[in-house]
Amino acid sequence: MTFDRRHILSMKDFTIDEIDFILESAVKLETLARGGKSDLLAGNILALLFYEPSTRTRMSFETAMLRLGGSVLNLGSKEASSVVKGETLADTIRVISTYSDAIVLRHPSEGSARMAAEFASVPIINGGDGAGHHPTQTLLDLYTIKKESHLDNLDIAIVGDLKYGRTVHSLAYALSLYGANITFVSPPQLKMPDQIKGDLKAMGARVSETENLDEVLGNVDVLYMTRIQKERFPDPTEYNKVVGAYKITGEHLENVREDMIFMHPLPRVYEIDSSVDGSTHARYFEQSFYGVPIRMALLTIVLGVEV
Amino acid sequence: MTLGKELRVHPIRDGTVIDHINAGQAMNVLKILGITGSSSAVISVAMNVSSKDIEFKDIVKIEGRELKDKEVDKISLISPNATINIIRDFGVAGKHRVKLPEMVESMVRCANPNCISNTNEPVTSKFEVKSDPIRLRCIYCEHVITENIAEHLL
Repeated sequence: MTFDRRHILSMKDFTIDEIDFILESAVKLETLARGGKSDLLAGNILALLFYEPSTRTRMSFETAMLRLGGSVLNLGSKEASSVVKGETLADTIRVISTYSDAIVLRHPSEGSARMAAEFASVPIINGGDGAGHHPTQTLLDLYTIKKESHLDNLDIAIVGDLKYGRTVHSLAYALSLYGANITFVSPPQLKMPDQIKGDLKAMGARVSETENLDEVLGNVDVLYMTRIQKERFPDPTEYNKVVGAYKITGEHLENVREDMIFMHPLPRVYEIDSSVDGSTHARYFEQSFYGVPIRMALLTIVLGVEV
Repeated sequence: MTLGKELRVHPIRDGTVIDHINAGQAMNVLKILGITGSSSAVISVAMNVSSKDIEFKDIVKIEGRELKDKEVDKISLISPNATINIIRDFGVAGKHRVKLPEMVESMVRCANPNCISNTNEPVTSKFEVKSDPIRLRCIYCEHVITENIAEHLL
């Protein structure tokens, strides 16, 4: 297929064929992602503009570009750049467009990547815009599910902060394109917003919700955990209660499907006991790695290089 | 003509009659038109008038003024069934129903305080408009406004 999408901003922009194309491109690049170097993107420069902290997204984009033979420019800390002088994002984007061939942007304001795309003369890849979108995380989640489980007829439980978590909104949206059977598991104060559930059902997803994690563990192919943030709870006792109820330990995995996989976008805090790390179900570190082939695939696509 | 009707519908020579405004929205229409207590224009407002088409409606009559397209678009967001009657020399020179635009720009402030359109960036707010019921989706942060739209008008 021809993929002529210039910017990677939101999962809502993609058709299922485009998503499949990205995932297939990542399959072709995975061996290279595990070690080695090619010259597919030699001569290209990727600018990383991160206005917020990041470990995995920033470093995996850097790794992806280096594996493909390209070079990377880093904004560095905000304090060392013109951001501290009050320069607008729009101006920064216009300038960095003249220094690079593509820009990865992480910014605290929702909609920042879409705005940046209006001012950029090179492709913009959204590396997270506030509580908005994080499409490359969603794509690596889909890739993990495709590689380690299956995207068709998928039963998945998505657990944790479903109200504010940007990754789960995009993921649920993308999974609904594949007709997944999605169970949302969260405390009442962090439930998936009704508007999003309505959109998902309208797109063909089978959606249900519960507060009880034990109820769903035995019935899913994928258990997708997310972090519950302390700052969402005005009362610390309430937070402790909720965190305890959504912590996965070895015991929880005793009665799950044999091929069930357990994912988490990381960083984890309390929600996964370290005893689970060695389990045959745990895939969260592999999931982190899959960010590299997915981002390699995206870079080749936006820079117009065939894999 | 009954006495009650005469009192409510006093004819104007030149100006605009905005009819079939959703009941309770007349004051918001005045706000959209920038009409405050200190303006000199002659204005008549009728609220909660019984109507054939909708149970109750509001009516606003403004003497000596015809509306700009942008003002009509704003009115459509809070009252999609409103009709605009242009009056010239006591006669109706034109009558049309407001039309909901597909996109509105620089008319509505995004309700998401963390949206990039609410910062000092050089962008204006833009919303996609969907009807039945009216929903405004910010093209930047995708936040959807469904209620109290008048409160978000710029």
